Amino acid sequence: MSFRPDHELHKRRLGRNLGLGGALLAFVMLVFGMTIEKVTNGTPAAVFVGEPIDNLPAAGSGVAP
Amino acid sequence: MGDPGPMKGDVMADLFSTDAAQEAGLGDFVQLLKPRVMSLVVFTAMVGLLVAPVHLPPVTAFASVLFIALGAGASGALNMWWDADIDAKMRRTQNRPVPSGRVQPGEALGLGLALSGIAVVMLYLAANLLAAGLLAFTIFFYAVIYTMGLKRWTPQNIVIGGVAGAFPPMIGWAAATGSVGIEAWLMFALIFMWTPPHFWALALFMKEDYSNAGVPMLTVTHGRKVTRAHILVYTLLMVPVAIGAALTSIGGPLVLAVAVALNLWFVKGAVAIWRRDEAQAEADKYAVEKAFFRFSLLYLFLHFTAFLLQAGLRLSGHGGW
Repeated sequence: MSFRPDHELHKRRLGRNLGLGGALLAFVMLVFGMTIEKVTNGTPAAVFVGEPIDNLPAAGSGVAP
Repeated sequence: MGDPGPMKGDVMADLFSTDAAQEAGLGDFVQLLKPRVMSLVVFTAMVGLLVAPVHLPPVTAFASVLFIALGAGASGALNMWWDADIDAKMRRTQNRPVPSGRVQPGEALGLGLALSGIAVVMLYLAANLLAAGLLAFTIFFYAVIYTMGLKRWTPQNIVIGGVAGAFPPMIGWAAATGSVGIEAWLMFALIFMWTPPHFWALALFMKEDYSNAGVPMLTVTHGRKVTRAHILVYTLLMVPVAIGAALTSIGGPLVLAVAVALNLWFVKGAVAIWRRDEAQAEADKYAVEKAFFRFSLLYLFLHFTAFLLQAGLRLSGHGGW
């Protein structure tokens, strides 16, 4: 049984696909890390609207941010 | 029967080889982002963020610098898309992915636009609206104002284009603090004043390149003697900015000492360039101009390193004003 060696074109496409896959994986991990950090350091509502935490009503006050 | 011609397999192989030669690899797309420029952006943005009085959590700080760099890379791709025609005429740039045919212009445009959007939105989510807005403005300024407008229109292209390169430390500062203080403006001004001497020194010893491409560099439009004088003027104007930054809250004895030493050295080089004529420069193959250009890179790196070290000393209670 013999396999034909990969053509240069396939090697280049594989490299590109692996690079893109790696970049996407790194992006997902970064967003996950950022989310954990922001949720740990403040209220979820505050961190994603860019509002300083001090300006938001206290939890349970019944006022929507 | 006549000559059967090349066999089908041979023709396919030839077509395949041509396609393979034209198809871009991962490295070509990385090259579109101008990684060397990105490294400078990463460094100055990181310093701007770390010397700020407010400290971001580590992942958020890392993400902020990354997205500032990604925005810079995106504007680099847009620049390569628009400038492919003049890049093809300059020896220094003719092997870039678009003029060499490895990346199609539409691919460069698509990558630039997509990464611009991702970088700005993600910086907003990671840091704040001001930092994201400044990044969006920087990309717009570099890609539209500088690349599509000023670069081919005025010999002051380098001066005004320097605005885009000067923004990263200010964006880093804004990401950390949510505002822009005098310190951020001085870091901006330092890079802004540094850019013209840096690029004009390069233009002095790469003259054929810019002439062939029809880019109105000062060396082409006003001559080399005027360019030498401009290098000296901008270098002298940079001195008070550098010393001024050393006297603010991001400065301290270390930054002041480094600023004085670097600026003395830089002014000495600029005076040497100003006093030379073309005959002298041709005789030693532009040795002084090339040395000045190399030192200009070191100048900016050491200046920002000093800001960083001073911030470290301040945190440990051993420095600062």
